[in-house]
Amino acid sequence: MSGWLSPRNIVTVTLLLALVLLPVYVELTGSRFLLTLFTRIIILAMAAVSLNLILGYGGMMSFGHAAYLGIGGYAVGMLAFEGVSSGFVQWPVALLVSALFALLIGALSLRTRGVYFIMITLAFAQMTYYIVAGLARYGGDDGLTIQDRSKFFAPVNLSNKMQFYYICLTLLFASIYLVWRIVNSRFGMVIQGARSNDTRMRAIGFPTYRYKLTCFVIAGTLCGLAGALLANHTDFVSPAMMYWTRSGDLIIMVVLGGMGSIFGPLFGAVALLILEEVLSGITEYWQIILGPLLLLVVLFGRGGIDGLLGKVRHG
Amino acid sequence: MADLLRVENLSKRFGGIVATDNLAIAIPEGELHAVIGPNGAGKTTLIAQLSGQLAPDSGQIHFAGSDITAVPMYARSALGLARSFQITSLFLDLSVLDNAALAVQARTGHSFHFLRNARREPELRDPARAALARVGLTARADLPASALSHGEHRQLELAMALASNPRMLLLDEPMAGLGPEESARMVSMLRDLKKELTILLVEHDMEAVFALADRITVLVYGRVIASGKPEEIRRNAQVRDAYLGEQEAVHGG
Amino acid sequence: MTLFIEQCLNGLQFGLLLFLLAAGLTLVFGIMDLVNLAHGSLYMLGAYFAATFAAWTGSFVFAAVLALAATLVVGMAVEIIAMRRLYGRDHLDHVLATFGLILFFDELVRLIWGPSGMSLPLPSWLNTSVRVLPGIDYSAYKLSIIIVSLAVAVFLYFLVMRTRIGMLIRAGASNREMVGALGVNIKLLFTLVFGLGAALAGLAGLMQAPILTVQIGMGENILILAFVITVIGGIGSIRGAFVAAILVGLIDTLGRAYFTDLLRLAFTKETAATAAPALSSMLIYLLMAIVLVIKPEGLFSASGK
Repeated sequence: MSGWLSPRNIVTVTLLLALVLLPVYVELTGSRFLLTLFTRIIILAMAAVSLNLILGYGGMMSFGHAAYLGIGGYAVGMLAFEGVSSGFVQWPVALLVSALFALLIGALSLRTRGVYFIMITLAFAQMTYYIVAGLARYGGDDGLTIQDRSKFFAPVNLSNKMQFYYICLTLLFASIYLVWRIVNSRFGMVIQGARSNDTRMRAIGFPTYRYKLTCFVIAGTLCGLAGALLANHTDFVSPAMMYWTRSGDLIIMVVLGGMGSIFGPLFGAVALLILEEVLSGITEYWQIILGPLLLLVVLFGRGGIDGLLGKVRHG
Repeated sequence: MADLLRVENLSKRFGGIVATDNLAIAIPEGELHAVIGPNGAGKTTLIAQLSGQLAPDSGQIHFAGSDITAVPMYARSALGLARSFQITSLFLDLSVLDNAALAVQARTGHSFHFLRNARREPELRDPARAALARVGLTARADLPASALSHGEHRQLELAMALASNPRMLLLDEPMAGLGPEESARMVSMLRDLKKELTILLVEHDMEAVFALADRITVLVYGRVIASGKPEEIRRNAQVRDAYLGEQEAVHGG
Repeated sequence: MTLFIEQCLNGLQFGLLLFLLAAGLTLVFGIMDLVNLAHGSLYMLGAYFAATFAAWTGSFVFAAVLALAATLVVGMAVEIIAMRRLYGRDHLDHVLATFGLILFFDELVRLIWGPSGMSLPLPSWLNTSVRVLPGIDYSAYKLSIIIVSLAVAVFLYFLVMRTRIGMLIRAGASNREMVGALGVNIKLLFTLVFGLGAALAGLAGLMQAPILTVQIGMGENILILAFVITVIGGIGSIRGAFVAAILVGLIDTLGRAYFTDLLRLAFTKETAATAAPALSSMLIYLLMAIVLVIKPEGLFSASGK
């Protein structure tokens, strides 16, 4: 640890404080839009945190992670449509279904490596996209509006934007903490070792497949929770949530923020989404800038934002 | 003295190439057995089959009395068979201590523990530090493995093999790329290890081989052409032609 | 029965279009080890160029030739400016960088041509039917797609199997370093190969334009299929891409055609109408999953790994 006052720590603490105090700022200035924007950022940051677990720490390049956003979201949406609006039913179902999908997809995909793994995770995500788009009852391509947000018992009211923001923020912090503990545990050591040198891990005695699969399921479940939150946030779910380009967005957040760092995905989500806001204010065609920008980051910006904040780490 | 490792009729082909040709070796416990041969003789392929990385086409491998031919790679180290790699195969982005600790972790039960900080577990860190101390890497413990010199990489390779508390070591060219000083150090380390472990040593460094080996097997094109005590091998005309002759020419006599 | 044969022809035609797309992808991947997500963008550009040139010149064939040339140029430019720096890097870097290119091209197209897409009308001399078998009339245009694609496939076969460049391509697909060591001008070879891939993608794009679509994002939709085909067929193998593409084209088309009827037996019309395309799309991914589980390196892997 390079001292408590390292650039990384200062930036991190400042960002966390800013996020905690944001609703206060919004109350004072009446800028409702900021609250909506940052709720979205936080939810997607949570999805990025889950992806970072398998991608940054585990080296598993999944191009289908957005599928779990959709699965979690649709679990909430479909149940709401059928009249089940209790969060106590919706959210556990979202977690369970995400876990099952991750188990199935992971079990098959993890038999492959490298670019084949990328392609097969991509393909499975597209499969879920098509399944959901084919469900006429739940809106198909057009998506499904959610009339009421998930109900818990009073005083919890997800329709209260400030309350909802803090719930999401708490869950984000909890996810980051959870990932931090996992990554430094024995389990996390196996995952990191497998990323670094899978053959060596097996040679010294670890059946890496089952550990990677477990990691994959944990990440998928966490992302499913983010999906449930997203559904509540937008009061709407559509297959577009899991289109493969959304998975690409998540990967960008993780890489931009710095792979395999604890707060990297948060930095990445904040940076990317704010960049999008700023750029789209400048020009309607902001992706023309974002595209090459991404290219440059890949070519020259190794380690992402976290890397910029200084040399890392541990022993 | 019972054989700790016994290999019978081992064969492996890659397309038209015969890498291992009906090979048999028997190594009693406590022996340091060297395997030598020209490049392409199939030495690394042999180690790959012994460690479980490659499945032989035919033949059996017996270790500590049981047939391990079909045992998968990750299970062999639990049986006491550890291997080092010819081409450095470490966890380069983890610290040196982490590397050794992983080798220890593999032998201490399952790893489905999600919350306790593994870097603070004495059960893992203490044996890891001990293994590093054996090979002389204590001072470098907290550096990323990528920061080590090539010689230190070979030392770490050895430390990892030791950290899993094996009965037998399969060492694949541990001296590869080492200078004279480092080689001498490695030789004395191996001489110490000989007292507690059985070792199968694949090496090109003839000085080291003749200094350490109890017995030597010579491999050419995947086949054993001679096997016996070092003096016998040195006198064996076939071996001289096939292999030692080259070596002497290279070393200038 | 006639309907079945017509659907088979449709499947063949779609499969051949996919082959053109997948061939470029698998070549680039096999030889330069480059994962190019932006391949679909070149497909899109082929369509847009063709639509534009057709509007200017009034001649479909002339427009097609110009569009092909334009896509080739853009492809080589992209290779020289961006792709060169990606060779040898992690596949993740390729994925991210080419993803960035997709964003760029989509917006560029939107900037130049506007958001609502374009149309390319069928050339009048092809807007007719041809009697392919007794009692079976088939669209002349679709027939010409089949013919052109097959011609290109044959051309590719001769290029790869019988010419010196082809030999370098095959050698490069199985052992990249060796080709470099042989003293071949690798940079030029790579640029040419990438250009060839771009031209193939552009050809596919412009040919499907009159019957399918010319719009932003069309590349992303079809890119997945091209990747699936590449994986099924085996990376680096043109033959594999051909077989896999025909297979996928047939499964997709026949699936769409007959699943609707099958499903209508059990479900309502609307359910069948929305579920059928979904199910037939899933079939393709299912096929890929099966291939990956049984033979992970693909049916005709070039590197034999």
